[in-house]
Amino acid sequence: MTQASAHNPSRRAFLRGGALLMAFTLMPAARRAWADTEVDTLGTVVLAPDLPGSLRTNPYLDAWIRIGHDGITVYTGKVELGTGVKTALLQIAAERLEVAPTAITLLTADTALTPNEGYTAGSHSIFDSGTALFNAAAQVRELLMDSAGRSWGVAAALLTTAEGVIHGPSGLRMTYADAVRNVDLHLYAKSESPSMPPATFKLIGHSLQRLDIPAKVSGGPAFVQDIRLPGMLHARVIRPPRPGSTLQAFDAGSIKALPGVVEVMRDGNYLAVVARDEWQAIKAMRSGYESARWSGGQVIPEARDIHTLLEHLPSRRYPISHEGTPQAVTDGAYQARVTKQYLMHGSIGPSCAVAWFKDGTLTVWTHTQGVYPLRAGIAEMVRLPPERVRCIHAEGSGCYGHNGADDAAADAALIAMRMPGTPVRVQWMREQENLWEPYSSAMISEVRANLDARGRLQDWNYELWTTPHNERIVNAGRLLPARLLARPFTSAPSIPIAQPEGDGDRNAVPLYTLASTRIDMNFVTEMPFRTSAMRSLGAHINIFAIEACMDELANKAGIDPVALRLNHLADPRARAVVERVRDAIGWPHKRNEPGAGIGFAFARYKNIMGYCALAVRLQVHPQTGEIQIDQVVTAVDVGQIVNPDGLRNQVEGGILQSASWTLYEKVAYDAGGIRSYDWSGYPIPRFSQVPKKVDVHLLDQPGQPFLGAAEIVQGPMAAAIGNAVANATGRRWLNLPLTRSGQPA
Amino acid sequence: MTQVTLNVNGSAQALELEPDMPLLYALRNHLGLNGAKYGCGLGQCGACTVIVDDKPVFSCVTPCAGLEGKQVRTVESLGSAEQPGPLQQAFIDKQAAQCGYCIAGMLMRAQALLEHNPHPDEQTIREHMSVNLCRCGTHLRIIEAIGLVAAQNRSAA
Repeated sequence: MTQASAHNPSRRAFLRGGALLMAFTLMPAARRAWADTEVDTLGTVVLAPDLPGSLRTNPYLDAWIRIGHDGITVYTGKVELGTGVKTALLQIAAERLEVAPTAITLLTADTALTPNEGYTAGSHSIFDSGTALFNAAAQVRELLMDSAGRSWGVAAALLTTAEGVIHGPSGLRMTYADAVRNVDLHLYAKSESPSMPPATFKLIGHSLQRLDIPAKVSGGPAFVQDIRLPGMLHARVIRPPRPGSTLQAFDAGSIKALPGVVEVMRDGNYLAVVARDEWQAIKAMRSGYESARWSGGQVIPEARDIHTLLEHLPSRRYPISHEGTPQAVTDGAYQARVTKQYLMHGSIGPSCAVAWFKDGTLTVWTHTQGVYPLRAGIAEMVRLPPERVRCIHAEGSGCYGHNGADDAAADAALIAMRMPGTPVRVQWMREQENLWEPYSSAMISEVRANLDARGRLQDWNYELWTTPHNERIVNAGRLLPARLLARPFTSAPSIPIAQPEGDGDRNAVPLYTLASTRIDMNFVTEMPFRTSAMRSLGAHINIFAIEACMDELANKAGIDPVALRLNHLADPRARAVVERVRDAIGWPHKRNEPGAGIGFAFARYKNIMGYCALAVRLQVHPQTGEIQIDQVVTAVDVGQIVNPDGLRNQVEGGILQSASWTLYEKVAYDAGGIRSYDWSGYPIPRFSQVPKKVDVHLLDQPGQPFLGAAEIVQGPMAAAIGNAVANATGRRWLNLPLTRSGQPA
Repeated sequence: MTQVTLNVNGSAQALELEPDMPLLYALRNHLGLNGAKYGCGLGQCGACTVIVDDKPVFSCVTPCAGLEGKQVRTVESLGSAEQPGPLQQAFIDKQAAQCGYCIAGMLMRAQALLEHNPHPDEQTIREHMSVNLCRCGTHLRIIEAIGLVAAQNRSAA
């Protein structure tokens, strides 16, 4: 099993000394930097380009695995975001160490203990950390066997292991803890690891139950919100009415006099209250909102103007793919303009953090996706050396990308620095999360494509407009609280993530065989609203647009849409997921009742990760236009499956979440402000509205590289809904979300 | 500050607190119970759902002052991680959680349903559970887990 081939090392080879410069830029004169991936945007440095997974950035074996008489400890720089990745990583490590999962203590991201794997994002956790552990664990086991073999004078090939014990001929046995005494695990990993036939896997490929669920169903301490430290105080922040507002007046004295209030903090436009009891902190915060007088602030556009505005704001143009020679045929071309609104991550639990400044070190418990980048940002903000700041991941509510987690951690840090020796817990309120989390960008994509006389895809023209999808913490200014201080920090310039990962242009290049491409991104650098990463980035709208175009071209030419896709897919694994869904749903059967529709879609995530084909049956209510999804059938191929039930859970969840984005969601705002301050202004589906049935087909690839799963269905689900609505109504709805009122009359 | 006696999970607790304090904060901060979660503070999402007497309520908008003489139950009353109750076990069996932040509230709303109607059909489950929000998209597994207990109740009846 060669896990190394999962990742083309040349993609990141240009990452040098923290400067992220694109070596293969398409524009000769361009000084336009790109970030490399969503994961290692910052901080992580490739030390060993030939090693597999995150061994490339953390090549020493003891960064991952340590063994002592107290047991085996496995370290990962990735975090549990509710995807079950902690359980899956444990399975991989235990499999390759040949020990029971219960014999391992698995520690996730902590800047004092674990490797720096950048962000937990982009469906990269199993791809990066899983691949590293798959190799590191096997190499450690081999070193332990060599050690035992040396001390016994027996060839290592004659030894076996079971349950953390090495067995030799004539009943010889040695525990891993004894064997490790003669091994230095502070050793560079090798590029090749001992092979293991996938058929012998006892854990990988099996549905181990998740480690975290028992505590979550029984009220056990499971989240950062549940941390209680001795003498901990409760804080709340008071935010301006909008970004850029200036504080004119604030009566700190009257708030300080309220019951239980210990501290009222003001630093420029930054306000917070600290109280002994949480309810007292909330009441003090409310008084603070009443007392604070603000002026000015950023102009907020009218929602109806946003897509026109995006086309006219300052932007940089990035060629994404210019291949072949366009024939510039306009006859028979399909042309469309797709729009998407701002979306919220909409975590059920608003962001929270606990911080404690004690003995010169600031410790922050946070549900960030990246403890190391956050540490650097906080250290800069509070003017401490990075080694004096420790960020420890503790689970939060599902985030699906860059939500308020980092900013809440910065809040806790700022307040804790004011109160040395006292732990402080900051909990954002619902409206603070909704108003201040970075949104997923509103976007426009324009597609124009045609088939040649033989029904082959010819010219593919595609242009998109987007604000950034990766405003991660590369400096203190990326932390919202730091921008409010009397000595404010300024956000680093926005940089898109390069292909093949892509940013707003993620999955803008179809996997289909095309005669020519002219695909460009207009990267809008002036943001009407702060935007950043949300599950699948631009892939949601790009796959929606590509797959709409495929269906329309097929219909125009009288070709079955699934057949048209297969005619242009060379990769057998792509074809396999398409064929599985086609057969499982009985394509192209369409029911006859009015308003019933069926739609199909396919994409390979980022064109380098998991494959997903998906079909949807739905009904569009003839009078109201309301959409009920009856059935979803999907087939996914994410390489070697680690935990089938965990994969299924992620895929099901992605399907329901993407259905929500696609059918219901948009941030509501007008010049007066953002109106989606709670769930009444940002509806997501309830139990009565979710699909009736979801069938997930898993196409396992034993022995193949791990490809990641968490984001692969977001685009195909949106696209299949769009195609099913067109099939049901005979009209192509191109404005997301797909409400009848959102389409031209 | 007023003394309020809350009966939580079968035991009476005399607490010194501000009488307008929502039950959620008394449970979490004064009684050290993690189950009920802060989600919106507005009674819109159900992450804070607990059972008062026999009805599911939003603990985030229920002041403590009105709860004297009533029986409050949280997810902790259903069992523990080591010895889960039947509904908790069904959620574990179906792996009916992703991030799990909404799950304690889901369990308590489902528990209230099952106490009134031991074997609800899927449509009834969907309608009853529609009060609570899940953002991860775990709905179908949650329905299955509740349905599993409903089926067990049917076969036991």
